[in-house]
Amino acid sequence: MSEAYHPILPGLILGLPLLGAALNGIGAFAWRENKTVPTIVGPLAVLGAFVVCLLNFAAMRAAAPHDPSLVPLWTWMSSGDLEIGVTLLFDQLSVLMTLIVTGVGGIIHVYSVGYMREDPGYSRYFSYLNLFIFFMLILVLGANYPVMFVGWEGVGLCSYLLIGFWYENREFSDAGKKAFIVNRIGDLGFLIAMFLMFGVFGTLDMPSIFEAAPTTLLAGGGIATAVTLFLFLGCVGKSAQIPLFVWLPDAMAGPTPVSALIHAATMVTAGVYLVARSGVLFALAPFTQAIVASVGVGTALFAASIAVQQYDIKKVLAYSTISQLGYMFVAVGVGAYTAGIFHLMTHAFFKALLFLGAGAVIHAMHHAWHETGDHGDPNDMRNYGGLRPLMPITAATMWIGTLAISGVFPFAGFFSKDEIIWEAGVRGYAVLWATALIVALLTAGYMTRLMVMTFHGANRSGESARGHLHEVPAVMWIPLAILAVLSTVGGWVQIPEVLPLPDVDLLHSWLEPVFAPAIEVASGGAVGGAHGEGLAHEAPLGGGETSWAVGGTGLALLTVIVVFWRLSRRRYLPAAESAEPSGAASLLYHKWYVDELYDRLVVRPLLAVWRGCWRIVDDRLIDGTVNGLGGVARVVGWTGSQLQTGRVSTYLLIFMIGALIILGSLAF
Amino acid sequence: MSQGYLVDLALVLSAFLFAIGVAGVLLRRNAIIVFMCVELMLNAVNLSFVAFSRMHGIDGQIVVLFVISVAAAEAAVGLALILAIFRHYESVDLELFRRLRW
Repeated sequence: MSEAYHPILPGLILGLPLLGAALNGIGAFAWRENKTVPTIVGPLAVLGAFVVCLLNFAAMRAAAPHDPSLVPLWTWMSSGDLEIGVTLLFDQLSVLMTLIVTGVGGIIHVYSVGYMREDPGYSRYFSYLNLFIFFMLILVLGANYPVMFVGWEGVGLCSYLLIGFWYENREFSDAGKKAFIVNRIGDLGFLIAMFLMFGVFGTLDMPSIFEAAPTTLLAGGGIATAVTLFLFLGCVGKSAQIPLFVWLPDAMAGPTPVSALIHAATMVTAGVYLVARSGVLFALAPFTQAIVASVGVGTALFAASIAVQQYDIKKVLAYSTISQLGYMFVAVGVGAYTAGIFHLMTHAFFKALLFLGAGAVIHAMHHAWHETGDHGDPNDMRNYGGLRPLMPITAATMWIGTLAISGVFPFAGFFSKDEIIWEAGVRGYAVLWATALIVALLTAGYMTRLMVMTFHGANRSGESARGHLHEVPAVMWIPLAILAVLSTVGGWVQIPEVLPLPDVDLLHSWLEPVFAPAIEVASGGAVGGAHGEGLAHEAPLGGGETSWAVGGTGLALLTVIVVFWRLSRRRYLPAAESAEPSGAASLLYHKWYVDELYDRLVVRPLLAVWRGCWRIVDDRLIDGTVNGLGGVARVVGWTGSQLQTGRVSTYLLIFMIGALIILGSLAF
Repeated sequence: MSQGYLVDLALVLSAFLFAIGVAGVLLRRNAIIVFMCVELMLNAVNLSFVAFSRMHGIDGQIVVLFVISVAAAEAAVGLALILAIFRHYESVDLELFRRLRW
């Protein structure tokens, strides 16, 4: 530790996006027609926060602190032993995350200016987007689990609001609800994990928990396993892993920049962040680690297989995101936290790029068909084809993204994905290693298919529409270009020393102080016997790191070339003229019928139960009681009312009889 | 002796008058007659007060004075009501006046 690091203007990092959200939120009512204010306020709020994050990054680099810096803002709850403060935590991991969130977020904000310009809800859109950035920053900066949970729920809320942004469409607003409800299951896990942790540690502050955990918890014991499993349940929901991944493909109903920001680059990676952040706890629970890695690799394979047969460009990218998130969970599951965060970062670059590129295509198609009055699906790749000469910048940048995600050297994805696969291999997880390799090839395959169907071959958008197809404006392609650069150089922060290249080790050394305790616990004898002896130097099939790195990128590149060569010869028909896929392709086209399965197994039984509650408990029991009581009152009232004849003499007669009874009773 | 006999006689007369009043109120339909029967009941009670004052001192007679004055006021109000009813229904038949119910 050289000199002390003090977080610079932490209030501004959170304050600017919140202020932007508030201003745009007011604007959505007060100056609905004014597009200038959101155009300036929206991106500037995030880019301003990005600048502050950069300052913090620079300061932290200079100081190289070993311990996290805490910024206590105020006490949130204080009740008995429970003491929760709104405290921010600045360490290498959280600062890196704030850079990704505000950096990629800022780029996407700028892009949104072009993409959403025509939308009547322009100001509302930026309000939600700014609010999302605010909550995402709370999530990554929270120094205790409850504060993190606030961010966790907040981004979920913004996700819901933005998926259902075009709420006039029933299908879209249903997709928002689906995301929200599926995430509830995971959030319940997060909550239970917090209760358990408070029970065990008596505090929810992350630094204290991580310090106490190795001595308090029995390594591999029931409590450590339970806490981490429940935490992971939260991650499964947020990061769309099996079995809770079904909401993410539907989340594509939102505007495309939203898909890029929330459902690819930032929010869905929160689960990976949570596992990495709680690395000490997970290192104490090898069983959970195994579950995390297995779920990750299973999801990666499953989602990649679906992506192969999708025709909606955003659906392909959505399943690709799920698959790549699976990779990240493999990394953090085998204990290679830095590799997970590395892939999180590079994925944020190239997946944001791919989504924004897809958005550019959709934007162009939408406008072209708007001009011609056609009513096709502007998301369906069967309606694209041959767009490369018409949209050269989009095509070029998306090709960079495709090569990056496929793991082709020297693009970003190569370095991060290679590291994950290698880490899984040398830790002796042969199945994980082999599956991850297969998924890498599938990834290269479906991404090339996407590119071929979109940009190559014959154009299928229709004769009249073709003339209206043109490149997107600069406000949209400049973000694409920036992200393309990042997708290229983003991986160069961590170049394995085995390659005949300059040895760069920025990320590992940067994150070392954060992950050191977890790695120390994991290698501390009792947990990982195999880890304790140090890692193997060969992949499960033999061969050293160099040969697999070279071989991996070679295989990926080969896949890209073969798929390109095969598919560019195929003739696709526009969506309206296409038949449904049959056979095995149909199974993949229908996403393994998972939605249908959930519908049968969960949704319908639940609906039947609730319908029973409604028809029997509510209609019969509760309404019956209430109506019955009302009926009794009516009958009694009616009977009583018959005494009221309106005839004075009747009243007097009764009065007299009453008086006689009273007098009589007095007499005796 | 004769004094107690007179009191008994007065009380019997009072009870008789009161019963006539009650019967009239309950059975007759003409509001004026009912009103007169009410007066009859009041005066029946007055009679018994006066009779009792023979035995229990002056108090009963004082009460009678009060009753007479209140009855006078009641007559004024009652007759005004009957007049109002007559203006409305052009009749003083109580059978018609049955609207004060549910």
